[in-house]
Amino acid sequence: MRPAGTGASPSRLIGSVPELWQAVTGSVAGGSRFAGLMATQRPGGVLLSAQLATPAASAAPAGIVTCEAAVPPGDGSYPALTPLLGAAFWYEREIHDLFGVIPAGHPRLEPLILPLGSERAAGQGGSRAPRPRPGRSGPEPAGIWPDEHALPRHVMGAGLFTIPHGPVRSGVLESIEYLVETPGEDIPHLNMRVFYKHRGVEKRFEGRPVADGVLLAERTEGVASVAHALAWCHALERIADAAVPWPAALVRVLHAELERLASHLDTAARLADGAGLAVATARFSLHKERVMRLVGRMCGSRFGRGVVIPGGVSALPEVSGRELQAEIGRLEQTIGSDARELMGTSSFLDRLRRTGPLRPERAREHGALGPVGKGSGFSDDARLARPYDAYPALGLGEPGHQEGGDALARLRVRWDEVHQSFHLIRQAADELGEASAGALRADCPAGDGRAVGWAEAPQGEVLYDVRAEDGHVTRCGIRSASYHNLVLFHEVFAGDILTDFPFIEASFGLSVAGVAR
Amino acid sequence: MSPWVPRGLREGVVTTRWPRRPDPYAEGWRGPATVLDPHPAGGADLAALCPASAISAAADGSVRLDQGRCVLSGRCVAERPEVFGWSRGPGHAALARDGLMVPRIPETEQALAAARAALRARTAGLRRSVHLRHVDAGSDGAEEQEILALLNPVYDIHRLGIFFTASPRHADVLLVTGAGAHGMAEPLRRTFAGMPSPKVVIAVGTDACGGGLLAGSYATSDGVGGVIPVDVWLPGSPPPPFSILHALLLAVGRLAVGRDQ
Repeated sequence: MRPAGTGASPSRLIGSVPELWQAVTGSVAGGSRFAGLMATQRPGGVLLSAQLATPAASAAPAGIVTCEAAVPPGDGSYPALTPLLGAAFWYEREIHDLFGVIPAGHPRLEPLILPLGSERAAGQGGSRAPRPRPGRSGPEPAGIWPDEHALPRHVMGAGLFTIPHGPVRSGVLESIEYLVETPGEDIPHLNMRVFYKHRGVEKRFEGRPVADGVLLAERTEGVASVAHALAWCHALERIADAAVPWPAALVRVLHAELERLASHLDTAARLADGAGLAVATARFSLHKERVMRLVGRMCGSRFGRGVVIPGGVSALPEVSGRELQAEIGRLEQTIGSDARELMGTSSFLDRLRRTGPLRPERAREHGALGPVGKGSGFSDDARLARPYDAYPALGLGEPGHQEGGDALARLRVRWDEVHQSFHLIRQAADELGEASAGALRADCPAGDGRAVGWAEAPQGEVLYDVRAEDGHVTRCGIRSASYHNLVLFHEVFAGDILTDFPFIEASFGLSVAGVAR
Repeated sequence: MSPWVPRGLREGVVTTRWPRRPDPYAEGWRGPATVLDPHPAGGADLAALCPASAISAAADGSVRLDQGRCVLSGRCVAERPEVFGWSRGPGHAALARDGLMVPRIPETEQALAAARAALRARTAGLRRSVHLRHVDAGSDGAEEQEILALLNPVYDIHRLGIFFTASPRHADVLLVTGAGAHGMAEPLRRTFAGMPSPKVVIAVGTDACGGGLLAGSYATSDGVGGVIPVDVWLPGSPPPPFSILHALLLAVGRLAVGRDQ
């Protein structure tokens, strides 16, 4: 299957940063979704790239459009986008961390993924501080250590105190710190520190042969390994103008949907655990184990790693079509039955209803991705809006509509998606039975060029902005759904209390690895 | 009666009896790559096969594979199936970093035996009830999923007297995942310092053993071994629950058949 809009991705270079912001805000006002802001170090300065998800128009199909402008050489700052477009809030903080350029007029320019204490000492431009500067050629900088003293602590108001929750929290969880500011029980304000597990992944892509990139993409956000591999490969396939063979496109859909099942079952188990439903927790974690074993039997990795490669897939599933259909049938029946029981357990529903509400207008404004957006009535599912691989030919079925915006709505969205995934898996397995003869991989030469690739992870859309030269990666910008959505955590605690915290966190279903990278 | 009670009983016992009884899923699992023929023809070129630099070739043409760097890309197995293959079963953990080399470096045998004896002596009191604490030091999130799977009804580590605990003060074993992100170095050290002795540290996953594909990053320490002392090294990308369970039992001396025996 040829991805929609093959060939070089549309990208537009704009004369100055203010004009770029004008173009971005104009496009968003015209119905596009702000999908991300990345930066690249160029010999002359920093290049800012804004990604916009544009709806289908008469001239072009829906896709991701990149608009770029350079920060003039020698300038250590540029006028910030955040005052015009709130969704850029974290993006500009990250660019400041990685490049040292200052978005002038940013409402709260605190470090996000790499706090560096030398910032103030290095003066306004921050140019003397060692920064990773992704995109700069040459050897990777030696160890850069975050400095916690570069982070301010805010506590305001009489009787308020901060509960530092993390980075080592109770339970087996990824490292993140929540600073919960509370007068005792309510949570009027919450701060997040995501820098603890920053791994410098984007910089590790640089200089690597294009063929090895998929391994790193799979290990960027483990719970969405397949989606990250797909987004990476879609970018390369767009550069090479390669068309993925039909059987390979089907295998990709199989794995992407099984990954979604495992992730949504994990969320269900966590929510049930939060409510103290021991049997329900055991049931959903058992279902998840079965899905992961099925994936493991199909490809040798419980996370579907090693399946997706540039141009296609590495092999057909090692499970016969009949066996796969039988297992899927069993899973669908048992999961469906347990899910119905869960959604009828009042002690459980009471904990989710009106918990962690995200207002629909905020979801739309921010362009919230995946189940978080869908739960608040805003849906921009890449499988529907900008379909790829076998999705254009397979029926996704009628998507359910939710707009409650609370943890319950997000769970309902997940059950709808689970239902959809089973539908897709059955179709893909059927089609694969008829089409399994033939090539599994198109030629995808490691050419020069630049393209954006996307895929719908269980958490929402993942974006890869890839530049390659001479068969090597020169820049790889990664925007996971977790990154885009986690910032909304700031605003969903209205009226909620400390004991609601685990439900809200689980209902977002995000991975810190995809945020801190 | 809660409607959940019959649901919990409907499928009977789904829990494995491993390690007391063999489990086909555990034994059939595909682990890191291994060397089938340590003296192949044209061995000098083999190092370039591995995107994670796990393969090294000696001057005499013999090859060695460091499973602590293997990310299971499968390149070596696909390209040179007569030289490389997949290891099977859950037993990939070693009691010293050098113990992850295939074939084993002869000089390390003595050091391994010493490490084994020291760990045995240290963990003699931990046999029946063990409490775990986990710290994520820059993982990709997959290792956490596999550790958490130990609590699902299939593995159910409570049957073995193993429990997770929130406080490092109550923990005997520290499971560390991730490539050793610089931001987590201090929290990891503090967690380790907060644990009472005797304590055991398990590095879970290839990233924790040697940084994996992130080795050389400005933001990580190429594994957690440089941050706190590690007792058990478990490769895998990520290691499946049975491998983690195997490493746990090896760490507390409940297993007679580790890879070091």
